[in-house]
Parts: sequence; C-alpha cells; structure tokens
Amino acid sequence: MDKIVNNILDEVIEKDYKQADAYNLRVNGQTLKRQTNPYIDIINKDNNEGIDIHVKDNTLFGIIHIPVVLTERGLKDKVYNDFYIGKNANVIILSGCGIHNDGHEDSQHDGIHRFYLEEGAKVKYIEKHYGEGSGDGSKILNPITEINMKKGSSMTIDTVQIKGVDDTLRETKAILEEDTTLVISEKILTNNKQCAKTNFEVVLNGHNASTHVTSRSVATGKSYQEFKSNIVGNNNCYAHVECDAILKEEGVVKAIPEICANNVNANLIHEAAIGKIAGEQLIKLMSLGLTEKEAEETIINGFLK
Amino acid sequence: MIELKNISFERNGKKILNNINLTLETDKFYVITGPNGSGKSTLAKIIMGIVSPDKGSIIFNGQDITDKTIDQRANMGISFAFQQPVRFKGITVYELLKLANKNVATKQNACFILSKVGLCAKEYIDREVDSSLSGGELKRIEIATVLSREPKVTIFDEPEAGIDLWSFKNLINVFRQIQKDYHGVALIISHQERILNIADEIILLEHGEIVAKGKKEQVIKDILNPDLIVAGGENNG
Repeated sequence: MDKIVNNILDEVIEKDYKQADAYNLRVNGQTLKRQTNPYIDIINKDNNEGIDIHVKDNTLFGIIHIPVVLTERGLKDKVYNDFYIGKNANVIILSGCGIHNDGHEDSQHDGIHRFYLEEGAKVKYIEKHYGEGSGDGSKILNPITEINMKKGSSMTIDTVQIKGVDDTLRETKAILEEDTTLVISEKILTNNKQCAKTNFEVVLNGHNASTHVTSRSVATGKSYQEFKSNIVGNNNCYAHVECDAILKEEGVVKAIPEICANNVNANLIHEAAIGKIAGEQLIKLMSLGLTEKEAEETIINGFLK
Repeated sequence: MIELKNISFERNGKKILNNINLTLETDKFYVITGPNGSGKSTLAKIIMGIVSPDKGSIIFNGQDITDKTIDQRANMGISFAFQQPVRFKGITVYELLKLANKNVATKQNACFILSKVGLCAKEYIDREVDSSLSGGELKRIEIATVLSREPKVTIFDEPEAGIDLWSFKNLINVFRQIQKDYHGVALIISHQERILNIADEIILLEHGEIVAKGKKEQVIKDILNPDLIVAGGENNG
C-alpha cells in the first residue's frame, strides 16, 4: 500500500485496523483487505455497492474496523454499509474516512451506514473524518447514519471532523424503541471557506427511550456550520440536546433546534450556546503564564477533545 | 517587594482609584477591605495587569512592571485567584493544574495540591472544570491553581464570594495554612471579619483612596468608627 494511504489511516484510526476482530479496508471504491471471524461476518453487497456486517447474538467485545480511503482525484464513491447486531451482542465499530486530493476535481465519499440493533445489543460507533492534499478540488464527505434500536439496546456514537474536509452534510436518523439509550457526541472544526451541516432526527417511540446529543464545534476563517436537530417524543421518554459553538474570525454558526413532545410524559430539552471565547477564560489562562495565543489554543483543544 | 506609586484610574468621569501609594512587603498577609465600589477589585486587577492604570507605576522587586502583560507578570511570580472562577468545557482539574505549573507532572503532585485546599483529590482530579462543579468546589480549585504556581505575590479577590457557609469555614482553614506555610506577599480582598482576623495588616479603601493601613486591631477600630466610614457605596468595587 502506498505511503499516502498509510498516512491517512494514521489520521483516521487510532490503532492498527489489522488488530481488530474483523475489518474491511476500502480504498478508492474497492475492498483491499478483509478479515472476519466466526462471530462477525462481512459480506459484499451486489454490484460492489457496499458491505453487510453481521454480528451474531451474544457476541462480546467484538471490535470491527471499516476504514475508507480516497486518493484517486475526482473520485465520487458511494457506499452502503449495513450493520446487523444480534441480541445482547456488544461491539465497537470504528469507521475512519480520509480523502487525499491533489487535483482540481472534487473528491467525494458518501457513506450510508444503517444499524439494526436487536434486543439488548450494545454498540459503540466511532467515526473520524479527515481531508488533506494540495489541490484546489474539494474534499467532500456526506455520511448518512440510520439507526434502528430494539428493546433494551444502547448505542454511543462519537464523530469527529477536525481537519481538511471542505464540504460535509451529515445526516443521522434514529428510531428508538422501549428502554433504549442513544448517546451522540459530535466534534467539528472548520476553517477557510469550509461548510459543515449536520442534521439529527431522533424519534423516541418506546417507553423509557432516551437520547443525549452533544455537538461541540469551532468555526474559524470564513467557514459556515449549521446544526439542526429534530427530536420527537412519542412516549414516556427523555432527550437532551446540547449545541455549543465557538466562533473565531468570520466563522458563522447557525443552530436550529426542534423538539416535539407528542406525549405528556415526554421530557425534551434543547440547549444552544454560540459565541467567541470568553475574555475571562483567556485572562485566567494568561494569569497562569500562557500567552494569549497559547491560551486560545488550549481552550479550543480542550473544547474539542 | 511590590510598590504602587501614584496609581489613578478613572472611568466615565468617576475616580475609581485616586493616587494610591502602597508598599507590600514579603512574608506578610494583607487584607484589603472597604465598601462596594471603593476600588478594591480594580486595585487588585491593576497589580495583575488585567486593568491598566491611567496614571502611576507598579514596581516589583525593583523593576517597573506597569507595561508588562498578564502572562509576563504571571511568569515573574504574580498570581491571581478570581472572584468568579472561570469554567472550561473539556479541561480537567488535572490539566488546569498542569497548565498552572509545568512541574505538576504527575497526578500524585496534583492530588497533593488539591488536598491542601481540602478537596478529596481522587474525586476531582479527572473532572472537567465545568458547570458540574459547585461554586465552593470551583473556588477551591481556583485557589489550588494559584497555590500550585508557588507565586511570590498572591492576590485573592473576594475568596468568600459565592460560597456557602460550610465551604467558607473550610476556606478559612485553607488561608490559615497558607499564612503558616507561605513565603511571599499575600493580598486578599475581603469583607469577612474572620478573614480580617487572620491578616497581618489591613488596608481600608474608601472612594478609591486608602483611608487606613496598619495592624488589624487599629484598623478594625477605624472601621468601627462611624465618622470614618461612609455607609453604602456603589457596585463593581
């Protein structure tokens, strides 16, 4: 594998994917490497449209890596990955996606991830997006995540987009049944003229369904971000959505909250705060001996950690 | 050790500080007191460099530091505990203590500092300095960040503000300990009699001027003298 692919893999995944219980490495629209085991199977969809990942009932502590790399200039890659997580299975799924584009044409990856969690299943899903390259072609990532949660299942999603992605539209949709929990944490940093839009749509259908959505973002340069969330409570349920954004230079952030309680026992909360770094925070860190620039970096790094 | 010469500060036509001359000596525990709006906080912020005086100069160990920035003064050994400690999302107590002093390399060191301010270190060390902490907890963490710098000049701006009585009792013990262990200038802005009681010297500020300075017995007598103190005052002292 060439050096560029390895560099991107270093950026988007924390550990060597080959150490995972099962993995599927997709480079420029083709599966390059794959490993499965008796509990976790990965099967190609027809027409190379993507993969189906099947996790057997009661699989414990399975780790699945599905990194995607695009280095071919101007490539537009669309992939459907469907995850079928069996009853009481407990897995960690890491989905890193990186684009290297040195050309003038846009490179784009649209990953559609659909999760089907059976009763009592537990999933931690970690997604990291990254872009690099000297060309003026845009690096575009449009992930769609759809989640269906059966009784007693829980899912935690951590998504991070820190560098280099010019344009992104992230859509996350979830339907929660009885006694389910969905925790989503999103971190985004945009600069230059980048644009990042995220939409969350969570429908709480079951008794005791709950969700906690946290979005922390920093918009610098002339970048634009939009955070939309739409939470629907149809039962005795709980939702807490937090959108926190720091603005620098000419960055713009727009937050559009929507919560809809269709049941008297639905408890839905939305909080949004957008603003520049508080002067008191800078002064405090300067009083600990940091220069203004160091103080600013420390605050932003902590915020997006 | 630190000397304020002819410090004046005016805002919106109002004299906040009027020709303050003050010398603070090493190994002494000073308390500045006075009514709201008397200029106490402004004076403290001028020493730290958070506010620049319109006139006058600040001399620290013989060096004029009037034009030095906050971080330059911090690195010279001046430290400031804020009246309303700032919260940081994503920064833990341990990380904040490490920022305060690079020598706090281990969690063990950080725990030792936290125990000095009466916090059970294990419970706090990995917590974020955010709104999950109470006012009293934040205040003690704020004092811990200042102590960990091992400063030559330490300024505490109303350490009792915003904390409950129980925490306040603990805070007094912390200050007693600081007074015992500490070698440098400690300057506390306070209204609390129990803090005044542990001062070596009290400075009484009134309408931007020092109206009394000296041993606590003398100044407390002055404070109780109705001819000297004008009742009331403005906010934002």
